[in-house]
Amino acid sequence: MPTAQALADLTEISSQIQSAVVFDREGTVLASTVDDERAGLLASTALELLRAAEKQGAADKDVVQLDVALQDGSVFVVRDGDRVIVATTTTDPTAGLVFYDLKSCLRGLSQEQEKPKPKPRRAPAKRAPARKKKDAEP
Amino acid sequence: MRSRSFLTGFLLAAGSAVGTVLYRRRAARRRESVQLYFGDGSMISLTEGSPGAERLLGHARELLATARR
Repeated sequence: MPTAQALADLTEISSQIQSAVVFDREGTVLASTVDDERAGLLASTALELLRAAEKQGAADKDVVQLDVALQDGSVFVVRDGDRVIVATTTTDPTAGLVFYDLKSCLRGLSQEQEKPKPKPRRAPAKRAPARKKKDAEP
Repeated sequence: MRSRSFLTGFLLAAGSAVGTVLYRRRAARRRESVQLYFGDGSMISLTEGSPGAERLLGHARELLATARR
């Protein structure tokens, strides 16, 4: 599954990211680095966080990314189209790097989806059996 | 004269020790904050205590606790 692979790459690249979940705008989990139960909870809480964040800005403004710095870690949310990624990190992460890695992960996923599927190869057409040359009539 | 310089030295040492402890305590208690980035390139920064920040911080704390459960 390309989504799971992208997340595996993400946690491998960034040592600051502890867990990450990719989900859509309805909260459906597409991939995660944690178990299904926790992934669902993380996705729904992240959606609530996004909705609460959007109330802070003007009505026509969409929050595209946010980070929350807490005493014992940070939370990052990045949105790209219909997909959203939420990640938790260690304390005092390099915010710019984490955002870059999360955006790259989402971009990689959308490119993966946009790739045209290879067309199934058609079986070579059967050739009609060569006609026997008629013997020249005398 | 000698006792005066000893007292000055002692006070300087005690003062710097107290200063170090206070500085380290303050540094340890970092302020929690939220940074929101909007599609038009604008950004809002909210620190704990500012209106609207508590709700966002609450969701984030819940998120972090769930991830580390």
